[in-house]
Amino acid sequence: MAGKMAGLMAGFGHYTHAVVRGVPASLAKEALRSSQAEVDLAGARSEHEAYVQVLGTRLGLEVVVLPADESLPDCVFVEDAAVVCGDTALITRPGAESRRRETEAMKAALKELNLNIVEMTDENATLDGGDVLFTGQEFFVGLSKRTNQKGAEILADCFKDYAVSTVPVLEGLHLKSFCSMGGPGLILIGSSEHAQKTLKIMQQMSDHRYDKLTLPDDLAANCLYMNLPNKGHVLLHPTAEEFPESVTVFEKLKDHMLIPVSNMEKAKLDGALTCCSVLITKRADI
Amino acid sequence: MTTESGADSEAKQPQENKEKGKAKAAAEPVEPENQSELPAAAGHSTPARKEQETQEDDQVSHQSSTSRLSRSPLKGVKIMQCKVTMLDGSDFSVNVEKRAKGHVLFDKVCDHLNLMERDYFGVTYRDVENQKNWIDPNKELKKQIRTGPWNFAFNVKFYPPDPAQLTEDITRYYLCLQLRDDVVSGRLPCSFATHTVLGSYTVQSELGDYDPEELGSDYISELRFAPNQTKELEEKVMELHKTYKAMTPAEAEIHFLENAKKLSMYGVDLHHAKLVGSLNESLAPAEGEDSEGVEIMLGVCSSGLLIYRDRLRINRFAWPKILKISYKRNNFYIKIRPGEFEQFESTIGFKLPNHRAAKRLWKVCVEHHTFFRLVSPEAPPKKFMSLGSKFRYSGRTQAQTRRASSQIQRLAPLFERSASKRYNMSRSLDGAPITESHETLMKDSAADGVSKVIATGDIIAAVTEKKAEEEKAEQEDAQMAAATPEPSTPLRHDTKCSPHVYSSDPLRSELSLPSSPVSSTKVRRRRREGARKRASSVSPAKSSDSCRRRQALDDRKAALLDEQVLLLSARKQRLEQGKRRGGMLFSFSLHLPDLSSYLDEDGYISFPDLSEMRFLPMCAQNFMPIKSPSLIPCFLFIFFFLLSTSFSVPYAISLSFPLALCLCYLEPKAASLTASIAHGYHDHDSSEEEEEETDSEQTDFAFDGDMTATESDADEDSEMPTQDASPPEEMVKHQTNISELKRSFLETGDTSSGLTEWEKRLSSSPARSPRADEPPMIVPLEPEDTQDELPAGEETKGEVEPKLAESTLGWVSSSEKTSAEPQEEAVVATETEAAPAESTGPTSLDVIEVGTKEVPVVHTETKTITYESAEGETNGDVDPGVLLSAQTITSETTSTTTTTHITKMVKGGISETRIEKRIVITGDSDIDHDEALAQAIKEAKEQHPDMSVTKVVVHKETEITPEEGED
Repeated sequence: MAGKMAGLMAGFGHYTHAVVRGVPASLAKEALRSSQAEVDLAGARSEHEAYVQVLGTRLGLEVVVLPADESLPDCVFVEDAAVVCGDTALITRPGAESRRRETEAMKAALKELNLNIVEMTDENATLDGGDVLFTGQEFFVGLSKRTNQKGAEILADCFKDYAVSTVPVLEGLHLKSFCSMGGPGLILIGSSEHAQKTLKIMQQMSDHRYDKLTLPDDLAANCLYMNLPNKGHVLLHPTAEEFPESVTVFEKLKDHMLIPVSNMEKAKLDGALTCCSVLITKRADI
Repeated sequence: MTTESGADSEAKQPQENKEKGKAKAAAEPVEPENQSELPAAAGHSTPARKEQETQEDDQVSHQSSTSRLSRSPLKGVKIMQCKVTMLDGSDFSVNVEKRAKGHVLFDKVCDHLNLMERDYFGVTYRDVENQKNWIDPNKELKKQIRTGPWNFAFNVKFYPPDPAQLTEDITRYYLCLQLRDDVVSGRLPCSFATHTVLGSYTVQSELGDYDPEELGSDYISELRFAPNQTKELEEKVMELHKTYKAMTPAEAEIHFLENAKKLSMYGVDLHHAKLVGSLNESLAPAEGEDSEGVEIMLGVCSSGLLIYRDRLRINRFAWPKILKISYKRNNFYIKIRPGEFEQFESTIGFKLPNHRAAKRLWKVCVEHHTFFRLVSPEAPPKKFMSLGSKFRYSGRTQAQTRRASSQIQRLAPLFERSASKRYNMSRSLDGAPITESHETLMKDSAADGVSKVIATGDIIAAVTEKKAEEEKAEQEDAQMAAATPEPSTPLRHDTKCSPHVYSSDPLRSELSLPSSPVSSTKVRRRRREGARKRASSVSPAKSSDSCRRRQALDDRKAALLDEQVLLLSARKQRLEQGKRRGGMLFSFSLHLPDLSSYLDEDGYISFPDLSEMRFLPMCAQNFMPIKSPSLIPCFLFIFFFLLSTSFSVPYAISLSFPLALCLCYLEPKAASLTASIAHGYHDHDSSEEEEEETDSEQTDFAFDGDMTATESDADEDSEMPTQDASPPEEMVKHQTNISELKRSFLETGDTSSGLTEWEKRLSSSPARSPRADEPPMIVPLEPEDTQDELPAGEETKGEVEPKLAESTLGWVSSSEKTSAEPQEEAVVATETEAAPAESTGPTSLDVIEVGTKEVPVVHTETKTITYESAEGETNGDVDPGVLLSAQTITSETTSTTTTTHITKMVKGGISETRIEKRIVITGDSDIDHDEALAQAIKEAKEQHPDMSVTKVVVHKETEITPEEGED
């Protein structure tokens, strides 16, 4: 049972499952975006396919693929629909009205995985999973256009073991638009002013010390970290094609298995690497 | 009897001292005679010294901590039975002497538990509001619990961040018991999974390995694991329990603790509060939200102070980030070290539900900081110097206790792990689950507010008195402890001091109560006879007015709060966003460090007419001028002055009222410029003393380096015999005597070229008029002035010459340290030069002269003079400007320290440079300060020919060696 003891809060990144969702044709035209960029649907689909491939085939996660829903153009960005930590899943209430129904399929899938489901029913609450940074020791919730105080409160209520601190998201769509975890106690952070400021706030709010890896490009700071059996530290990061400078920084992570994943089309829709999956740790013991 | 015991007390002092030496000695048999024969209220019978006896003034009876020193023949020592609720839910009854101190009970409980690592624990009691308070080991129990039953609880006070480092299993066991209660009561929230894990270790620890034959299938439902325990949880717990084979109770407890310690609320002591002012900079408020008045929770823990809004952490201040903590009335303040990109310290205020809550929070912070962050406890302030609370954490720090426990030699004690029967019931040690208690708290506070508004005077007065008594008791204790080494100071007996002490009493009490009738009633009740008469003679209208003013003053004090930093940040705001136009400030001020800081910190000197001060934007606060001193302080001051100059009481009363009226009438005219009026140190003193009664306590506790802690607990209540002794002593040793006014300053001003063109304004000290000859007592410090100058001064001084700074700032509070140097004379000059492009700069200077008044027994003279250009005075708006740079330069010579603070900013396309110079001249009286001032101004002008001088403030304090001698 020592395993259990350790497993309660340790084992950051020890994922076993991933939930992803298909790319609807409506993505190209109707998905929300902050720029006017044209999205190449085929390109997006092939990128996503490669992404899922890496998770399942290369990394050996058990991947649950939810079918795309044409009426939900943003549905591929599953991260926003749920926050999973331990054996509890919080089904969110996305800030964008058009995305609210994305949670239905997600909820069903997570239920299927035997997670404890908590739903955000408060109509005043909004929360996008993209605003939630779980460091392994605590949560930071970005208060953004998509996430409000009430949503953060509900998250705090849902994951009582952890401190939940709110930080303002001054620019960008989500908190994780410019940061993510790059390992236990390692925060990847963009070099923009607001990103750095946010990191400072997070550091001040925390009882824990974090290392940071600053990347020249904010978007490159969104990576997918995992700690997998037989593979150790794994980091999915954007390609050199997109962010050549940042990729040289990633190469400093000697202990990590670095896997470049192309994300050019989805990035046009403010979708980063973490956005496209919900990672789950299912314990073998109980 | 009085005489007897008095004599006795002196005779017994050595003995008493010895006893003190034994920290863990049993209850100290203190003065059983008085105690047992007289109800607590009858404190008058304090053994007074002979000198005191002769005094007619019953104030004398307050004097004295001597009573505590005295030890009369044991005669009917009262034994009290204490009921202590232990961590396993059982009750433990123990007898202690009625006058036993907290540590006696604590030690008995620990002995009973066979606990050696006891520094993590403490004894609590529930006050009338059902709030949990920690028993101070150094104070008498009866004074802490007041009227309530002698019921206590044994609890963990400091949750070790790493329980694995505890030496003994038995210690961990008790920690587990506490945590189990924390979990079940909801104080320590955790997820279902964590409940399961913690519960399973609890079961393992209590019942051992799972044994189906012995335990059956439902063996677990009697135990409590969670606030809302479900069948599902119990099943999960059993599932886990079954997997623990051969795990010993001690191991199970270690596992339990390893999981519990990771919980985010582990060891966090929560306090309800509301935000005061806008914290936008430091907090992360929801978008577009005003943080003012938002309900929050303050969590004190080993690493610092956490701020929660609902369940969300919205900020965190690690101990190293906190420079000082203090409280005043309902407010609790923390002064924050500037961040990497911030230039200024900031002070954040929180409003607690009531005064007691603020004090409780302050104490908890002081204790946590000391325990977890310091290597050894800070020595409590020496009694003579401190007007504030003597409260300090006196136990061992974590470092010390770890060292001590590593020396524990004994074999691991055998102890029985009692079945936690109490979890069968829904009750928890702390009563209601956290949510409920929150509600209660909130209700309480609401009720509080209401009662303030509608309660009748009597009720309030009664409550206040109680409080006062208690506070007094506290102070008494603290003072006692400190006093022991130097029991007889001749000055202590000087009765002339005492009137001063009391004088402020009425004022203070008024301060605490918003509604005037109430306060005046209270005032009257509390006061000594003379004062009482006088108070009643004040017309109701007047008094309410003054009440309001007092309140305003109080609020202002709160706002200013020792923290010149607040002022500083105000200035910053003004610079950055204010609406005032043109930087015309060249302020050049010379002031006595001690005094100035004193003034600023406590705000006693200023009488802002803003009761809602703290709700105003900071920049506005700074500029609100005070129009006139209130009547009562004038009256009191004059009265006591007269008294002290051997006028008879009736005569003094009849004389002082008209004089006070005169002053009040005249003063506004003179004071147009000055926002603040210095109130003699008497007022300070007394007000500080009164704090307890009035609810307007003020405290500081500085952290990490420049630590100063002040808490004004002093209580004047007449009942308590010990009170009086301390104030006189303090006065003798530290008080600044406000004394003669030196015209030379004005002359100095003239001599310096810069000053000649200045318009001289006399600001008025009330004291001035009636007795022109006598040194007027008031030092008017402009709020603006202080804001501008002091913070900078403080800031820089801190870096350059901490000690000096300390003395400067801490005259009231922490001056203990500096007080040792009686002869020190210091002049601080702050100079601000502004070279606005539009330098229409103020050519005229206002000179505010504050008189000083001589008060007997005061041995320091203080003088403050402000010269200020008319424009500098314009209150209000500052053009929004952009700060370009700011820099602080400090230089020192043997007798002077010069601090120059240069701020460059752009306002509306015009760049402005503002220079503030603060010069502290320290030395014997043979230094010609006038000369020094003139020189300083001259130099400033020479150095910055293109700038204009907008303000000069001079504070001068001279400590006169009294014949009676301090030590």
